[in-house]
Amino acid sequence: MHLRTFRKGIHPPGNKEKTSSLPVEILPLPKQVVLPLSQHIGAPSEPLVSVGEQVMTGQKIAEAKGMVSVPLHASISGKVVAIEPRPHASGKLVPAIVIESDGTDQISPELASGYNLEQLSADQIKDLIRQAGLVGMGGAAFPTHVKYFPPKGKQIEYVILNGAECEPYLTCDHRLMVERTDEIILGLLAFMKAANAEKGMIGVEVNKPDAISALTKAVEGLPIEIIPLQVKYPQGEEKMLIYAATRRVVPAGALPIEAGVVVNNVATAAALGGYLKNGRPLYSRVITVTGNGIKHPKNVEVRLGTLVEDVINYSGGFDGTPGRIILGGPMTGPAQYRLDIPIMKGTSGILVQTRAEVEKLEYAPCVRCGKCVDACPYNLLPNYLGTFAEFDKLAEAEKYGILDCRECGSCTYICPSRRPLIQLIKNAKSKITASKKKTG
Amino acid sequence: MLETEVVVSAPPHIRHGLTTERIMQLVVIALIPAALAGVGFFGWHALAIIISSVFSALLTEVLILKLMKRPVTIKDGSAAVTGLLLALIIPPTVPLWIPVVGSAFAIALGKQVFGGLGYNPFNPALIGRAFLVASWPSLMTKWRWPLNSLAWIGDRADAVSGATALGLLRDGIKGIPYKQLLIGNISGSLGETSALALLLGAIFLLIYKIIDWRIPAGYLGTVVIMALLMGEEPLFHLLAGGLILGAFFMATDYVTTPVTTKGRLIFGIGCGFLTMLIRKYGGFPEGVCYSILLMNITTPLLDRWTVPKKFGEVKTNG
Repeated sequence: MHLRTFRKGIHPPGNKEKTSSLPVEILPLPKQVVLPLSQHIGAPSEPLVSVGEQVMTGQKIAEAKGMVSVPLHASISGKVVAIEPRPHASGKLVPAIVIESDGTDQISPELASGYNLEQLSADQIKDLIRQAGLVGMGGAAFPTHVKYFPPKGKQIEYVILNGAECEPYLTCDHRLMVERTDEIILGLLAFMKAANAEKGMIGVEVNKPDAISALTKAVEGLPIEIIPLQVKYPQGEEKMLIYAATRRVVPAGALPIEAGVVVNNVATAAALGGYLKNGRPLYSRVITVTGNGIKHPKNVEVRLGTLVEDVINYSGGFDGTPGRIILGGPMTGPAQYRLDIPIMKGTSGILVQTRAEVEKLEYAPCVRCGKCVDACPYNLLPNYLGTFAEFDKLAEAEKYGILDCRECGSCTYICPSRRPLIQLIKNAKSKITASKKKTG
Repeated sequence: MLETEVVVSAPPHIRHGLTTERIMQLVVIALIPAALAGVGFFGWHALAIIISSVFSALLTEVLILKLMKRPVTIKDGSAAVTGLLLALIIPPTVPLWIPVVGSAFAIALGKQVFGGLGYNPFNPALIGRAFLVASWPSLMTKWRWPLNSLAWIGDRADAVSGATALGLLRDGIKGIPYKQLLIGNISGSLGETSALALLLGAIFLLIYKIIDWRIPAGYLGTVVIMALLMGEEPLFHLLAGGLILGAFFMATDYVTTPVTTKGRLIFGIGCGFLTMLIRKYGGFPEGVCYSILLMNITTPLLDRWTVPKKFGEVKTNG
C-alpha cells in the first residue's frame, strides 16, 4: 500500500519498543509541584493566589493575560509556599507558583462535573478550551483556543489531530490513542464543532497499528478519517502533516488556516475530551520516561509541576551514569543540567542517554555532500544556511529562506561533518528577527 | 540532585552513523577492485605507484597542517582518497617520483592552499594529474598494453603498443573486442581500464547512497547521445578511457560539485558534453579530466541557479 507522507525527511531509529506496549501508570502524588506561569507561548499568566493560601486540585491559580495566554490550575491540593522564579526547561529562572501537597488531592468545588457537547454552542466550546488551560501538548505549547479564532473570511474546513508521534523514543501519544481513544474522539468532535469544520482527520504513523485500529473502530459513522502515515521524521511537523493528510500546501510563512486547516495534538484533544467528560482542566499529562539511562522506562501520567527528579525516581532511577537528560524527544527536546525542572503542559517526555551514547562531536567544515539538502522537508539548503550563519552573512541567509526553517533537526541529524546546523541557524534567526524588531 | 556532570547541548541529540571518515573509507573500499585490476594487468610497479601516491598525499597533508598549526585531520581519509585516485589516473609506466610529486601538488596546491577539505574548488586528484601532464607530457603519455592483450590486432601489435584505446581511435584503428574493454586488459591509466571493476565499486557506492545517481546518469547519458550525434560508437566511448572512473568517482566528489539535485544533473550533462567535444575535436584523445575540472568551475553558479523552491513558496510577482 502506498502510504501518505511528505517529501524528503529522515529515518532515525524509532527506539519506541521499550515503552510502546506499556500501559500508562499514574505517578503517586508529589510532595510539591512547581507551576511556572509561562508554560506556553505568549504572555505569562497572572497569579490569582498568594503565598500561604490553601488551594485545591483543579482550582484556577493564575489567569490568562491577553488573548495569547491561558489560565493555570493547581495540580494538587495544599498550600502555596512560594511565588518566585524557579528553574525552567528553557534554562532560565521563570516565575512559578509552588504548592506543597496536603496529601488529600481534594478537587476544587468550582469545577463542573462535566459538559454535554450536544448542548454547547461553538462559542461556549471555544471558551471552555480556554478555561481548561489548553495548549499544544506536542511540545510547541501554543494556546489552543487562539487557533479557533480564525481571521475574518477564513473558514476552518478540517481539524487534523496529530498522532504521528514522529519523535523517536516517545510513546505517550501512542498510549493515549490506545487507552483514551474515546476522549480523543470527543475532544476532536468538540474542536470540529467549535470550528464548524466539516471533517476531522487523525494522522498516525503506521508503526502504531493498535492505535490505528482502536481509532478506526471508534470513528465508525463519524465524519472523521483515520490517516495511516509513513514512518518518517518529521511526519508530525505541522505543515508536513497537513500536506500528507490533505495534499494542501500551507504557504511559506503562513499559518495552517491559510489552507483551511487547524492542527492539534492528540494529547490536546484527549485533554479537552477529559475536561468535557469530567470537568477537570489541564493539570496532569502523560509523558514517556525512557532511554538507556533509565532503569524502568515507562509511560506515566504526572501532575503538572512534578519535578523531573520525582519522575526519574519513580522510574527506578538512572541506569548507570547519565550522559544527557532531555525534556521531550531527541530531535528537538532541550537538554537539561538539573533535575528540579518541572514537567509542564508541553513536556512530552524525559529521555536519559547514557554516557556512552553521548557522542563527542568534533565539528568540521561542510564537505558539501548534500545529504542535508536531500533531508530538509522545507526544501531549503541547510548547508548554505549553516555556513551563512557561521560567518554572520545574515542577508544571504534570509535570501536563502532561513526564516522558513522550522528547526526539525533533520539536517543536523544526517550531517557527516557533524555540523551544528540547527544551532547556527537558530542563532542567525534570532539575530535577524531582533534586527527587524529594532528597525520596526 | 544531579550528582554527576551531564552534557548540555543543542538538539538534535542523536546523529546518523555516517561520518565523513566513514564515507571516505567506503570510497576507498569501492576503489579496491579497480586498483586490484590495475595491479593485475600492469604488475607490481602499479602497486608501487599506488603506495607512493597515497603515502605522499598523507605526508603532504600532515606536513602542511603541522606547518600551519592546524589540527591534523588526516583521520578524515580525504587525503588518502586523493592519493589513491591520482594513482589510478596516471599511466602505469611512470617512475615512482611522478605519483609522489603529483600527490604532493594535489594536496598542497589543489586543496590545502584553499583552506583544506571542503574549500577546494577543483577536484584535487584531477588537479594533480593536470599538473603532471603539463609538466612531464612525455612521461604522462607513455602507455603500455598488458601482457597478451594485443591478440585482436594481429601482427601490427608493435605499432600500437604505445597508445590507449582512445588514442588508437584517433589514428583510425578500431576493433578492440568489447569484452576486453569491459574487463580492462587494455592500455590506459592504471585504474581506469577495467569498467567491470569500476562498476562494481560504483554500484556499492550507489547502494550505500554515498554518491548521487544524477551526476553519473547525466554524464554517461550525455556521452551516449553525443556519440550517436557524432556518428561514433556509444558503447566504445563509455568503456574506453577514463569515463567510468571519472563519472562515478571524480564527478561525484562532494566538495567540487553542486549540492542541489538539479545542479548535479546539469553538472553531469556538462561533463558529458565537454568530454565528447574534447575527444572528438580537442588536442588530447581523452577529455574526462579537463571536462570535470572545467565543470568544477561552474559549481558555485550551478548551486546559485538551481536553489530549489521552498516548501510552500508562493510566486511573488506572477
